[in-house]
Amino acid sequence: MKITEQEVRRVAELANLALTEDEIVRMTQDMDGILTHIDKLSELDTSNVEPMSQVLYDSEETATLRADIERKPLGNADALANAPVSGQGYYKVPLVIEK
Amino acid sequence: MNHTIDSIRGELLAKKRSAEEVAREALNFAEAENPKTNAYLTFAPERALAAAREVDRKIAANEDPGPLAGVPIAIKDVILTRGLRTTCASRMLENYIPPYDATAVIRIEQAGGVIIGKTNCDEFAMGSSNENSAFGPVRNPVALDRVPGGSSGGSAAVIAQGTAVLSLGSDTGGSIRQPASFCGVTGVTPTYGRVSRYGLTAFASSLDHIGPFSRTVRDSARLLQVMAGRDEMDSTSALAPVPDYVAALDGNIHGMKIGIPKEFFDGLASDTGDIIQAAIATLQKLGCEIREVTLPHTAYAVGCYYIICTAEASSNLARYDGVRYTRRSAAAGSLQEMYRKTRDEGFGAECKRRIMLGTYVLSAGYYDAYYLKAQKVRALVAKDYAQAFEQVDAIVGPVSPFPAFKLGEKVDDPTSMYLSDIYTVTGDLAGIPCMSVPAGRTADGLPVGLQVIANHFNETAMFRVADAFEKVSSY
Repeated sequence: MKITEQEVRRVAELANLALTEDEIVRMTQDMDGILTHIDKLSELDTSNVEPMSQVLYDSEETATLRADIERKPLGNADALANAPVSGQGYYKVPLVIEK
Repeated sequence: MNHTIDSIRGELLAKKRSAEEVAREALNFAEAENPKTNAYLTFAPERALAAAREVDRKIAANEDPGPLAGVPIAIKDVILTRGLRTTCASRMLENYIPPYDATAVIRIEQAGGVIIGKTNCDEFAMGSSNENSAFGPVRNPVALDRVPGGSSGGSAAVIAQGTAVLSLGSDTGGSIRQPASFCGVTGVTPTYGRVSRYGLTAFASSLDHIGPFSRTVRDSARLLQVMAGRDEMDSTSALAPVPDYVAALDGNIHGMKIGIPKEFFDGLASDTGDIIQAAIATLQKLGCEIREVTLPHTAYAVGCYYIICTAEASSNLARYDGVRYTRRSAAAGSLQEMYRKTRDEGFGAECKRRIMLGTYVLSAGYYDAYYLKAQKVRALVAKDYAQAFEQVDAIVGPVSPFPAFKLGEKVDDPTSMYLSDIYTVTGDLAGIPCMSVPAGRTADGLPVGLQVIANHFNETAMFRVADAFEKVSSY
């Protein structure tokens, strides 16, 4: 096995996902299958290869900067319109710090 | 509807019909046909009629109505439309109303395009069958018991069904080309950065593209022409000038060097293989010089892709936490519970699988073994293409190892579903333009697409090959 149920529980915590017991069992099997395939990458010697994090094209360093002109941003009401709970111009969340 | 951009333009300029009449007919037809395929999630009659009336006003005033004047267009539901529900086919965003338009949408409407609705897809564009939509799968219009492909299944289906003339999809690992192949339509993944992603819901940012679907190569070239080019709202959009794609489509590809990657023919279903070989023979008859090329790291591309795309997805989807984007679990007590329960209720199984895998490969102690390793393998995949394009003008091959499969056939085996992306993910990893053009049908009548691939910013070569092929084939 490439991954255990215990590790899956830990990863679910990191990812902020509340998985059920059934989901944990299924997820362990699925992740194991994919990680087993991914193991194939270790066949390749990449010690002298530069990692590619983006597709990059040649241009001047500042070529992608926009002109420094003031622009009207999205207004407060528009920005909050999709919030499940908001008030006084802010997003509202459950109490974080007790008095 | 069997319209093209030209046929609609002709009718409008000859005053045979108004853009409003075209839009009403398109909306009525699309709404009536939709129960067969579930390809549309939302219709936009008010927006469509307003856009159509503006085209009519311009024509009446002898103003230029734009290159897409009056053309009914469908938009994949991961691309933001101001004031028009955009769900990403997820319960998480069931009621999300975007406060702004994607740049691609703005450019389409400025060009006279008429957006009639939003199309179904795999949740957050994650999938190869469209079965991961929270609002039910899309059925393939060619064979209703089969999948349309994914993730842009709805956008491919509306073209095949004739319920839109053009549509937009997004492609991260094959999500435009594979459904185009399965539904027998044309679909294009442009060069990375060619079309602004401002307003495209982020899945894997180093791989995401917006691209067109259409019935003809020419129409995809026209739609790309409208969308392509620098956008200061997306710093990754490319500065390179945009050539006139359509002007180059003269049907003459005599002397072009076409590469055939031998690695793309292992494990190919025999029907698909036969159709692709016949397409290669057609290109040879058109005067192309056919050369074998090698892309030796192809077998590593799926593993590389599923590390990078899940890692980036786990970061991009962290924003859906119950605070900003419409959905919050009613069961939430503490802040932590709110995050977890909202995400558990809001995301479907495939999204959770990818978030989990991505979180795992980025977690402490695993970064070098997975993410960094994958970025190095990605460099090797890109180098394979760079070397091949020293010898040839374009590369052709299959899009998918097999044609459209039956609904439910592969849902229980995610690894095998992932492996079917083998011929499409390499292009995304390298960031080069690729497209699918219809190449034939299997004995069962299922469409098979030919993939045409060119070097960075050489969409012109890709379109020329696909257009010349389309002109002599009848699919």
